[in-house]
Amino acid sequence: MIDAPEFLIRLRRGALALAAVSAALVAPARADAPVIAGASDLQFALAEVAAAFKRETGQGVKLSMGSSGNFARQIRQGAPFQMFLSADERYVLDLARDGFTRDEGTLYAVGRIAVIARHGSPLRPDGSLDSLAAALAAGGISRFAIANPEHAPYGKRAEEALRHRGLWEAVRAKLVLGENVSQAAQFATSANTQGGIVAYSLALSPQLVARGTYALIPEEWHSPLRQRMVLLKNAGPVAERFFAYVKEPASRAILRRFGFVPPVDAN
Amino acid sequence: MDWTALWLSLRLAGLTVVVLLPVGIALGRWLAYRDFPGKGLVEALIALPLVLPPTVFGYYLLVAFGAASPVGQFWQAAFGKPLVFTFDGLLLASIIFNLPFAVQPMQRGFEAIPPEVREAAACCGMSPWRSLLRVDLPLAWPGILTAMVLSFAHTLGEFGIVLMVGGSIPGETRTVAIAIYDRVQAFDNAAAAEMSTLLLAISLAAIALTFAFSRRIGRKLG
Repeated sequence: MIDAPEFLIRLRRGALALAAVSAALVAPARADAPVIAGASDLQFALAEVAAAFKRETGQGVKLSMGSSGNFARQIRQGAPFQMFLSADERYVLDLARDGFTRDEGTLYAVGRIAVIARHGSPLRPDGSLDSLAAALAAGGISRFAIANPEHAPYGKRAEEALRHRGLWEAVRAKLVLGENVSQAAQFATSANTQGGIVAYSLALSPQLVARGTYALIPEEWHSPLRQRMVLLKNAGPVAERFFAYVKEPASRAILRRFGFVPPVDAN
Repeated sequence: MDWTALWLSLRLAGLTVVVLLPVGIALGRWLAYRDFPGKGLVEALIALPLVLPPTVFGYYLLVAFGAASPVGQFWQAAFGKPLVFTFDGLLLASIIFNLPFAVQPMQRGFEAIPPEVREAAACCGMSPWRSLLRVDLPLAWPGILTAMVLSFAHTLGEFGIVLMVGGSIPGETRTVAIAIYDRVQAFDNAAAAEMSTLLLAISLAAIALTFAFSRRIGRKLG
């Protein structure tokens, strides 16, 4: 039994509480750190660079990691990133041509790809991919992970290397595609696949070293992963400072530790 | 635990409920008491998000609200920021996608009120507003609370749409559900497990509350 006047009092109280809650919810967020979009091969390296940046300058940046192709699309649709570190310079140059960036940015590293397999996998990674060829021929591969070649540069390079080695047709039906190279690495080192081809920078990370073994794939087997970063139109002073910081020796050292080759023609 | 993501999800869910409360009461009451041609179509449209794949919905939102669309351009001109990949866009998507979760339980709640009671209220000369406050709401409240709890919990768990129209921008569009996905990709299973446990507990509590409320729907004036 509900007493109507009493309900009205409760309703009024409820409405007041609701108003208070809504006021708290719509309260504007504090002045925020700039959001930086980074290719997934930088998953661990960029986090270290950002931590070092914070220690040195006291300023923070927010990182969003994903596939370069997806970020390029999101930037075109108006995503509020202030800086974009792409795994493939083509995306940056296209954005620059279409007026979404401040300029053409700068090369910050050259990436490599590696074949990896978890400990206990029948696949023993080797750079020549001979063991992969043998395992495929013997029917020992049921699933093999790469990033989606459609929008993830590392997936595209993995495809090129597999084509170069003449294994593409054989491996094609076994492929599982990660949405980005980090997800591909997670697939490749799970018990659900026998291995995969991912970014060398991820293979070198402690998280992956603990899970499996890797071998570097010759860089002549695929077009170079020239990685370019750029400031977007809405970049603020903190993003500008971070952009400069990535080019400094401290950041270069971190990137080198993760297997990135410094660009020779740094522009 | 990604506290920023958790707070973002709670804000999103809370605001969705705040907006849907009056919308749901108006729509639910209208659908419960009125019969009109095309009522089935209206009900079907409201129920559509229940069966529509979130990616399909997300795709249409991108097309409809993107920077190239009239709506997106209007928003950009009016507020100086885009609609997609922002919290506002996420909130708008969440409101539309939660319509069935808000409207249907409220509609059931209003439908359970015996017509004689409302007729008696009208006969006594109560205005529609007074009738709403003094008769309808006191009797339909289990349905309304169910709707609020369901919309809240459902928003916390929404993934596909957020991925499509939100991206994963920390503090702006990275919800708990997206943060879990990101943490798994970063091989941080410990953080993913923490957040998953929390969402599991919230979902379980929401369902338990809903069941408790729905047992009260239809309880007559004693």
